[in-house]
Amino acid sequence: MVNENLVKDVVKEPYKYGFVTDIETEKIEKGLNEDIIKLISQKKEEPKFLLDFRLKAFKKWQKMKEPDWASLGYKKIDYQDIIYYSAPKQKEKISSLDEVDPKLLETFDKLGIPLTEQKKLTNVAVDAVFDSVSIATTFREELAEHGVIFCSISEAVKNHADLIEKYLGTVVPASDNYFAALNSAVFSDGSFVYIPKGVNCPMDLSSYFRINSGDSGQFERTLIIAEESSSVSYLEGCTAPMFDTNTLHAAVVELIALDDASIKYSTVQNWYAGDEEGIGGIFNFVTKRGKCLGKRSKISWSQVETGSAITWKYPSCLLLGEESVGEFYSVALTNNLQQADTGTKMIHIGPKTKSTIVSKGISAGKSKNSYRGLVKMGTKATGSRNYSQCDSMLIGDQASANTFPYIKSQQPNSDIEHEASTCRISEDQLFYLQSRGIEFEEAVSMMVSGFCRDVFNQLPMEFAAEADKLLALKLEGSVG
Amino acid sequence: MQSKMKESDPILEVENLSASTDNLPILKGVSLTVYPGEIHAIMGRNGCGKSTLSKIIAGHPSYNITNGVIKFLGENINSLEPEERSQSGIFLGFQYPIEIPGVSNLEFLRVSTNARRKFLNKEELDTFDFEEIVKEKLEIVKMDHAFLSRSVNQGFSGGEKKRNEILQMALLEPKIAILDETDSGLDIDALRIVASGIKKISNAQTGIILITHYQRLLDEIKPNYVHVMSDGQIIKTGESDLALELEEKGYEWTDNFIKET
Repeated sequence: MVNENLVKDVVKEPYKYGFVTDIETEKIEKGLNEDIIKLISQKKEEPKFLLDFRLKAFKKWQKMKEPDWASLGYKKIDYQDIIYYSAPKQKEKISSLDEVDPKLLETFDKLGIPLTEQKKLTNVAVDAVFDSVSIATTFREELAEHGVIFCSISEAVKNHADLIEKYLGTVVPASDNYFAALNSAVFSDGSFVYIPKGVNCPMDLSSYFRINSGDSGQFERTLIIAEESSSVSYLEGCTAPMFDTNTLHAAVVELIALDDASIKYSTVQNWYAGDEEGIGGIFNFVTKRGKCLGKRSKISWSQVETGSAITWKYPSCLLLGEESVGEFYSVALTNNLQQADTGTKMIHIGPKTKSTIVSKGISAGKSKNSYRGLVKMGTKATGSRNYSQCDSMLIGDQASANTFPYIKSQQPNSDIEHEASTCRISEDQLFYLQSRGIEFEEAVSMMVSGFCRDVFNQLPMEFAAEADKLLALKLEGSVG
Repeated sequence: MQSKMKESDPILEVENLSASTDNLPILKGVSLTVYPGEIHAIMGRNGCGKSTLSKIIAGHPSYNITNGVIKFLGENINSLEPEERSQSGIFLGFQYPIEIPGVSNLEFLRVSTNARRKFLNKEELDTFDFEEIVKEKLEIVKMDHAFLSRSVNQGFSGGEKKRNEILQMALLEPKIAILDETDSGLDIDALRIVASGIKKISNAQTGIILITHYQRLLDEIKPNYVHVMSDGQIIKTGESDLALELEEKGYEWTDNFIKET
């Protein structure tokens, strides 16, 4: 029973990353057709197999219908009113960071991602993506010494075409869903990671996605391959300026882990969420999936979703290899009129596979936050186990939370365990903390981080601190 | 002795306080003054308003003050937020300490202590310095260090929760502590630990209000004054022997007292 006057609506902390970089860009005309796709492919000097991949995907997409099963409401997207390629104008070939437009470097500086040699983060290699193209990737030489490839996917297409041809679309086929098909047809850039056999990647790898233009969509594509007995921790961050129009972000991420390999993929998503009235903001419709192909391979997703007007994503694991492990740790926070329909799919195919799902949804304001998850045990998944825990926290009395767990088991010799809870921050808890001198807002954010602790513990350390701060910022003024 | 105490200014003055929740009157004109070094006991049946009085002094948002004033160190605090009251030196020991899942007890205690220190213009403590201080205070309530890494009050036994309250009091060093049925649910040993903790923390500058049903706490901590509450009012005030008389005659005796008036 939270007192009504405690739950007044939102005075929101202004979005810190809402600035626009004034830079000359090369944009192609609005709209989507075969010619546009050919033009994108030509601009990127792609080999024929990739153009064919795109065109095939486009044909499939044209026959598909935009899905409407999610617990989301939004105005229909006009796919002909989007620019599918937008890139800051730069010199043709950039050989070093010194040749990158200072405005771009400044932009990433402002976002807290310095790229230049003097200032770059010391323990993380960064691939910085601005609208449709990758601007720079740090620590490339150092990584190359270990045989690790970390570059933009466009570069990988040029320099490692064999790997791209072998793996692209093998985890998320173009026909998988409407947005995956669209992405396969028009994807512009993204990150590529290859960890060779037996290598533990010596530093965290990170991609930072920045949408700058208001009228272009961002369709990035990420592919991570971990060979036998290798491991990597990959971080992803995202921000966008404030526009009063909605921008579409439809990414595809594919992960492949071979025998005894492990991939940890962490996201802190802070796309612009729109204003208090729900005007503007990013539509974040993303397909993320990992394939545990090898024995004892492991893929772990952790995500902190705080931004976007709408978030619609289910980072999933296909557990093929015997004794492979899939994990999903998620915090999704919605405020104002934000909507999130997020969760995971754990598809147990091989025997003795294990998966863990921990989802924490926090809804404030008038927002809507749904967990949707599928756990499936195939006929061969004998001795497999799943544990799911889905907790929701409501702040105020106008927010809503849903949990949709789907469980399908074709294997009697497997265990599936599901726990769910919903709680509210109670007036008594707040009073208790306040009566110990702790300010109201701090009390709320303390309780929210306490609620998210199980997930934060899974994040790389510097990310965990950032996530904690981000949640506090997002909730500022949402109660009382 | 008594008169010497009164030479200093009172810590707390509750003047003719009336309060309600959901338009239901709970307090109907309570007056109470506490001077430095004094221990007051408030006794009375369940529902007489004694817990409400303690919550209102601490600033609980569910109650509306309809009449009267609460003064702390001479200042009217009717409209202060609970955190401001705590920072300035008012402490409420909860009858039912609240569980806060996921929030570590150590971090909670540190943030709380720092809020009070900030108010007192003292340097705020980092985790290492704080651990040193908290270690000493743990002795007072005979608590194990392991309590610090658990979530606030979560899974604590009744006695552990109460000792955690006294630990907070020890850290915050309040000017006035209102302890709401801190003795209830404690076995004899735990009661002794809690009582000796309270005695160690209090001094000639602090005031204490003990809300209790039982004489046994008052055997350990002898009050200067005993107040009996009934139906939102203090109907009788006496010295420590009043509690003994009450123990002997029961609250029915106070019913007669109301009839007499």
